[in-house]
Amino acid sequence: MQFPAALRRAQSSAINLTAPPIARSVAGIALALVSFGAFLLVIGRNPLSAYATLFTNTLASPSGLSEVAVFMIPFVLTGLAAAVPARVGLINVGGEGQLYLGAWAATGIALFSGIGTPWLMLPLMVLAGFAGGAAWAGIAILLRRWRNVNEVICTLLLNFVAILFVNIFVFGPWKNTGGYGYPYTADFSPAAILPALGDFRLHWGLVLPLLGVVVCYVVINHTRWGYNMRAVGGNVEAARRRGIGVGKYLLLAMLAGGGLAGIAGMSEVAGIQHHLRPGISSEFGYLGFLASWLAGHNPLALLGTAFLLAAIFVAGDLLQISAGLPSAAIFILIGLVLFMVLGLKSRGRAQP
Amino acid sequence: MVNQVVRKSFAALSGLGALTTAAALVILAAIACGPSAPAPTATPAGAMPAKPVAVAPTSADLGGGSPEAFARVFADALASSKSRPVSAFADAAKPLASGQKLKVGFIFVGSQADLGYNQAAYEGSVWLEKHMPDVEVLRAENVPETAEVQRVAEQMIRQGATIIFPTSFGYSGPIKQIAGRYPNVVFLHQGDLETRENYGAYFGNIWQLEYAAGQVAGKMTKTNKLGFIAAFPIPQTLLNVNAYQLGAKSVNPKVETTFVLTSDWCDPAKQTTAVRTMIDSGVDVITQHQDCTKTIVEAAERSNIYVTGYHQDASPAAPRAWLTGAAWNWGPVYTELVSEIRNGTYKTSVIFAGLEAGFVKLSPLGKSVPADAQQAALATVEGLRKGTIKPFTGPIKDQKGAVRIAAGVTPTDAELQTIDWLVEGVTGNIK
Repeated sequence: MQFPAALRRAQSSAINLTAPPIARSVAGIALALVSFGAFLLVIGRNPLSAYATLFTNTLASPSGLSEVAVFMIPFVLTGLAAAVPARVGLINVGGEGQLYLGAWAATGIALFSGIGTPWLMLPLMVLAGFAGGAAWAGIAILLRRWRNVNEVICTLLLNFVAILFVNIFVFGPWKNTGGYGYPYTADFSPAAILPALGDFRLHWGLVLPLLGVVVCYVVINHTRWGYNMRAVGGNVEAARRRGIGVGKYLLLAMLAGGGLAGIAGMSEVAGIQHHLRPGISSEFGYLGFLASWLAGHNPLALLGTAFLLAAIFVAGDLLQISAGLPSAAIFILIGLVLFMVLGLKSRGRAQP
Repeated sequence: MVNQVVRKSFAALSGLGALTTAAALVILAAIACGPSAPAPTATPAGAMPAKPVAVAPTSADLGGGSPEAFARVFADALASSKSRPVSAFADAAKPLASGQKLKVGFIFVGSQADLGYNQAAYEGSVWLEKHMPDVEVLRAENVPETAEVQRVAEQMIRQGATIIFPTSFGYSGPIKQIAGRYPNVVFLHQGDLETRENYGAYFGNIWQLEYAAGQVAGKMTKTNKLGFIAAFPIPQTLLNVNAYQLGAKSVNPKVETTFVLTSDWCDPAKQTTAVRTMIDSGVDVITQHQDCTKTIVEAAERSNIYVTGYHQDASPAAPRAWLTGAAWNWGPVYTELVSEIRNGTYKTSVIFAGLEAGFVKLSPLGKSVPADAQQAALATVEGLRKGTIKPFTGPIKDQKGAVRIAAGVTPTDAELQTIDWLVEGVTGNIK
């Protein structure tokens, strides 16, 4: 069959598909921006001035960068929640639910532990967030182990259960009595709040995803555990024959992933919301999942893709405020970026 | 064959790539040159008025309210405020450079086209723009009542907004947290009962029209059961349902109002379920305190019951079922607040007014309402406007029959806004 040869020739003549992955991603983003610009033109807005506003107010201003970083925190952590299990071949779509459980557990500590010093309170909340997220992910992996339930379906559906679980508390026993019936818990005490970094909304929670990325990168690439994890992800049967405890690694990877998403929940309640309520996450878990897939589950590349999604997310408000677009316009842009980047990523494995 | 297709598609892709690069270069160039600044218009020096002219609304603008009463409401608020005048700090009180526009930000919790609360506020912002041509309105919709609103407000401020209208009740907490960080910006919250130096509030006594609509509903019901679908048990809502029941009871002693909460300002699925449940329990007139109203109004039309509206005139959506409704008239209020800030006279305060000052108005009466009931409704509205009808004058009992407002006592507007109980005849619970 002559197809592969032809494909290689065609590839070498096309800039996009032979370029390194980063160049391809950049080309994909540019293509998405051009298409979205055409959309703006069609509805009668000036794309150049819209993009100029977006750029100057997200990446070219300290406050804009701060906002982008605020969104990167949950995107990176929930991205790691997908990336770490992906190393052992598991697909964790449950970042959203694990985030909620982490937020719930951290809130429990914040409201009821009565600790007065942030030096003890905040680490405890991080641990609680990790435990909450890990426990939620644990349900899925144990069901897979004992009952052979597919972890994709299980983690996905548990997202909805997690939101309802949190609602039991914020609509019920944890509801703030002085809050006009709004389903919010009481505000956290100052000790349970991640302090702001500078004059903007960015808070010290930023160290959590950075630490997470470094730890994940080092563990996956430079330790025996990471080596075994990759072996399990590469070929389960081969790994088993080499005497690697496959089940243990599946369990650990999933618990670690869930825990990282749980820390994202802790960071949202302690850094941004300062209380627990429904809707603390604007689909962060799913966006983190996308960021991880865009990054090929590489923790370092995840920083880049999470940055990109966060920048688009922040730009969404600007499209409304300065270009007068409806709030849904941002989803068109996110959709286009994903479509183009994933489309150009295919490495020529497209089926004829 | 396959060979050719593949080759052609890759060639096309590389073409696209080149195009992309070109476009990216254009964009970069555009960014490098900066956003195209408006060419300075040739206006004679000193053309900008130091004090912008206030827009005096007519009685027609106020839905029948009196311009004098409107002016008095704001004058009283100024007189009673203990804050400094904003001329001391607000950027919006400084004269505009020529060609510059005053940027005012509006933040909405739902869609600007929700046929309800947000649309009413949106239309108010359009009125403001129309009556103050040198004002540019920045808008953001679907902003949740969380820390998100801080981000959106801060972004508007970075875009140059010097006055921010966070129009949803739940914005009050998050916005008060950041108000201190922007001492030169004035925040005007729709419905709060507290102020800060640069954070004022205003609201309308829309319960007056809930009372009038309740009267119509009380006359039209056959089953003597009215339904009230609300979101959260905030004082505004409790005041509305109480006024509705009191209005209905003033014409129909047997009437009862069923009160349910959806815990969401706009969730059409929950609204539909609530309507269904109410109809099953015998309710034949429904109303609501939701942000988006279309689902409930249309459900009433389909289900052969009646509906009274809230926030906005939604009569076209239910020609048969529509009775009447309570509606906002925000345009003159926003315009007056902005003009006071620009004149430097505004001091932060909590402003409340109703029909007399045209903050609220009655939606058109539906064709299902008989002529005598229409006359009676209009007479009630005029009575409320003139103050000859005072629905909350005691004795008024709560759900358990305890007297909460003693005989002969009329609570002030501010006291009404802190109400946390339901009147006798309302079934349902506020927890």
